[in-house]
Amino acid sequence: MSFGILAEDAGLSDVEAVVMSAIVFAGSAQFTAISILAQGGGAGAAVAAAALMNSRFLPMAAAVGPSFRGGKIRRALKGQAVVDHSWALSSRGDGSFDEQLLLGASAIAYLTWVTGTAVGAVWGNALGDPDALGLDAIFPAFFFGLLLNEIKSRRARGVAALGTVIALALVPFTPPGIPVLVASLASLVGLTRGARAAVLERQEAEGEAR
Amino acid sequence: MSTAAITIAGCTLVTAAIKAAGPVALGGRELPTWFTSVVILLSPALLAALVATQAFAEGDRLALEADTAGVAAGGLAIWRSGSIVACVLVAAAVTAALRAL
Repeated sequence: MSFGILAEDAGLSDVEAVVMSAIVFAGSAQFTAISILAQGGGAGAAVAAAALMNSRFLPMAAAVGPSFRGGKIRRALKGQAVVDHSWALSSRGDGSFDEQLLLGASAIAYLTWVTGTAVGAVWGNALGDPDALGLDAIFPAFFFGLLLNEIKSRRARGVAALGTVIALALVPFTPPGIPVLVASLASLVGLTRGARAAVLERQEAEGEAR
Repeated sequence: MSTAAITIAGCTLVTAAIKAAGPVALGGRELPTWFTSVVILLSPALLAALVATQAFAEGDRLALEADTAGVAAGGLAIWRSGSIVACVLVAAAVTAALRAL
């Protein structure tokens, strides 16, 4: 629902907001893209930031791949159903996934996501001036909530701090949207030996659980 | 096409391509460790930059305004209650209240 309200703030029509939820179906990427539009950024910066936000689906969908039945095209189509919540729910904890549970959970998430967007878009029209209601503060507050879940390790907190510094340093000098894109370079900390070792350690821990 | 329409079309294409690439192109093979390691850290980098630019920037200048205080209050709310709904509501309420002053 919040997506429907905020999409209007970013200049999308009711129909555009619902269409976007119906055909993109990736919450955090959609929020990322429209918040860049709301900041005054261009379509290119918005799509690039959404793609970066979606890059986590590569390892997620790759992990699910072997659990999907069917040929390449069917598996590619089923890959579209992967969203964070259904992915986590259907994980059996041994590296395999319950295909039926994943598809079912995604179907429910899809329906609530699209109808929620529609309700939010229509309700948003009735709300009046979004700035007077402080609705523009919802974007950063929502991202802050997501961020808290992502910074459980010291390394992730360091990357978040670095991303903040890069973004704020660039604000006066670059067009809107660009600071966020450049800040993503902070993730290159992942190339360090320590970060790679941490990933290997976690993968081994998961492997032993199998 | 409008900016919104181009953004929607672009997001649709990249999202579909990324989600399809996982199960098909990679089909069970493990991704290189360095890649996974960077991808895991992309979320905190992007989210932190989004929070910072929206809370502290107005166009091309840095500014402390009503929404800065609102986001700070929202951060306090989620830290105390753990609820993202409370965080968002408090952030909007504080921002609106400061603007109404």
